[in-house]
Amino acid sequence: MGEDAPILAADHVSLRFGGVRALTDVSFSVNRGEIFSIIGPNGAGKTSMVNCISGRYRPTEGSILWQGRDITRVATNRRAALGIGRTFQNLALFGHMSVLDNIMVGRHHLLSSGVVQGMLWWLGGAQREEIAHRREVEEIIDFLEIQAVRKAPAGTLSYGLRKRVELARAMALKPQLILLDEPMAGMNLEEKEDMARFIVDLNEEWGMTVLMIEHDMGVVMDISTRVMVLDFGRQIAIGSPEEVMAHPRVRSAYLGEEVEA
Amino acid sequence: MVALTPAGDYRTSYAADMTIFPTRNSRIAMLLGIVLACAAPLVLGRYELGLLINIGTLGIAALGLNILVGFTGQISIGHAAFFGFGAFMSAWLHEEFHIPVILCIPLAGLGTAVVGLIFGLPAARLKGLYLAIATLAAQFILEDFFARARWFTGGVAGRMTENVSIAGIVFDREESYFYIVLGFVVLMFVGAANLMRTRDGRALVAVRDHYLSAEVMGINLAYYRTLSFAISSFYAGIGGALYAHYLLFVSVEAFNILFSIQFLAMVIIGGLGSVMGSLLGAAFMVLLPEVVQALVDQLAGGAIDRTLKLGANISFLREMMVGASIILFLVFEPNGLAHRWRLIKAYWKLYPYSH
Repeated sequence: MGEDAPILAADHVSLRFGGVRALTDVSFSVNRGEIFSIIGPNGAGKTSMVNCISGRYRPTEGSILWQGRDITRVATNRRAALGIGRTFQNLALFGHMSVLDNIMVGRHHLLSSGVVQGMLWWLGGAQREEIAHRREVEEIIDFLEIQAVRKAPAGTLSYGLRKRVELARAMALKPQLILLDEPMAGMNLEEKEDMARFIVDLNEEWGMTVLMIEHDMGVVMDISTRVMVLDFGRQIAIGSPEEVMAHPRVRSAYLGEEVEA
Repeated sequence: MVALTPAGDYRTSYAADMTIFPTRNSRIAMLLGIVLACAAPLVLGRYELGLLINIGTLGIAALGLNILVGFTGQISIGHAAFFGFGAFMSAWLHEEFHIPVILCIPLAGLGTAVVGLIFGLPAARLKGLYLAIATLAAQFILEDFFARARWFTGGVAGRMTENVSIAGIVFDREESYFYIVLGFVVLMFVGAANLMRTRDGRALVAVRDHYLSAEVMGINLAYYRTLSFAISSFYAGIGGALYAHYLLFVSVEAFNILFSIQFLAMVIIGGLGSVMGSLLGAAFMVLLPEVVQALVDQLAGGAIDRTLKLGANISFLREMMVGASIILFLVFEPNGLAHRWRLIKAYWKLYPYSH
């Protein structure tokens, strides 16, 4: 299929846990270069949708297409090499590792040194490889302005910094598509502005397509190319931010207004 | 705690920023330590050298267990069985195939790694208490195998083995065998430190710290959980082989579950997730009985000795001290001797300030 197919598509995805219907018949596609946002009230199924894409959950019905290819059954750890990176809603850093090591874990699928080369360090080329990748990782560190904490254990950082380190780790995968699960939750205004700038830059300058879940409507409406709204696991609207804002069912889901007709 | 580096310590290349010992002084101290260790046979007696050899062999095996428990966050209560397998395998390889002993030792490590890989397969699926029970099964299966496989172990009678000899030089005394052990200790510890600063070492720690996000980062959980068992057993096998060619006799009953628990004690006391801590823990466990013995000797003939019969109960006393020290470490220093050492270093650097 190649370049013309959307980078990612969900095709009639449903997800059930016993009697709970987390997602019902959700279809959408993300085009290359977009910032695509998923919004919706709590429990709408946003994170479940992202989990289906990253491989944490397997849809009960429907399929996930990556550049036209069905990846519904591809193992979670193989999706990194496909070009899918993600951050988590509740921080999921490696707490005892330094920030630098956390980010280097993101390079995992790009590195090739195994146990033996690793142990031999100087002889098997592991050192050369580490240095080459360290150089690229330092670019990400510069970009996200976390130079000062490179050597600090990730578990000791403040919440805003941890979110940033998590973004750095996801970027280190060199993903074509980056999934951001509430990148700004719990941040103050200044941190949010920084994060919004990072997201726009990594989209425009680093060429990553972004799929983002976010509750802050100001940010979503400002930076998104397109927005999808979920409510109770169903897609109720999809389109440009303006269209979605004007949609009566969105207004009802968010403001509790009655839907006329 | 951010790593403390002295003022003026500038790193101008990434290679300089990735060294195992971060400062020039720490590198000099380590080299000096190795030189001092090389001089030990000139100064120390055979008994003391024997203790050092024990610290080295057990330290290598403890490092293996630390990679499994401390770095990957798994559990094994069958480590002594792997240690024993390495001991028997090295002795067997030498006797059956007449391979030089010095080659038998690494080969025994590889053989034990394969066995560890097989017993590690359940680790791909099991965690916590369930994995502990699975490794307990490994302990008993291997112990039973040792008792029955007479072609391999000599059965309950045990198996004699030979000294290491290289180019006609026989390493049959503590003074000379010490260097063999020292060489392996340096190799194995540098190897582990290197592993931990590369891809697969980081993957192991990632699996420990947050396996769900490790998986999203492209890490195959089942592979690394099993690999961790193989590496751990490799170290146990090397340690066991060194132990065999020191004692020259390997007997089945040595590798029981108590010994496995002692390995766990070594990594807990030394410091989970610390390469050097493994050696410190092994040193602690080897020297503790000596300290107990010295204390009892001091008290000999006194009132305490007469009422408690210390001399007659010395073996129980040792076990109790081991148990007590594990409990005390868990309560007061759960991060082990390695962490205590870091605190001491920080204290010297920061004095007279506390932060």
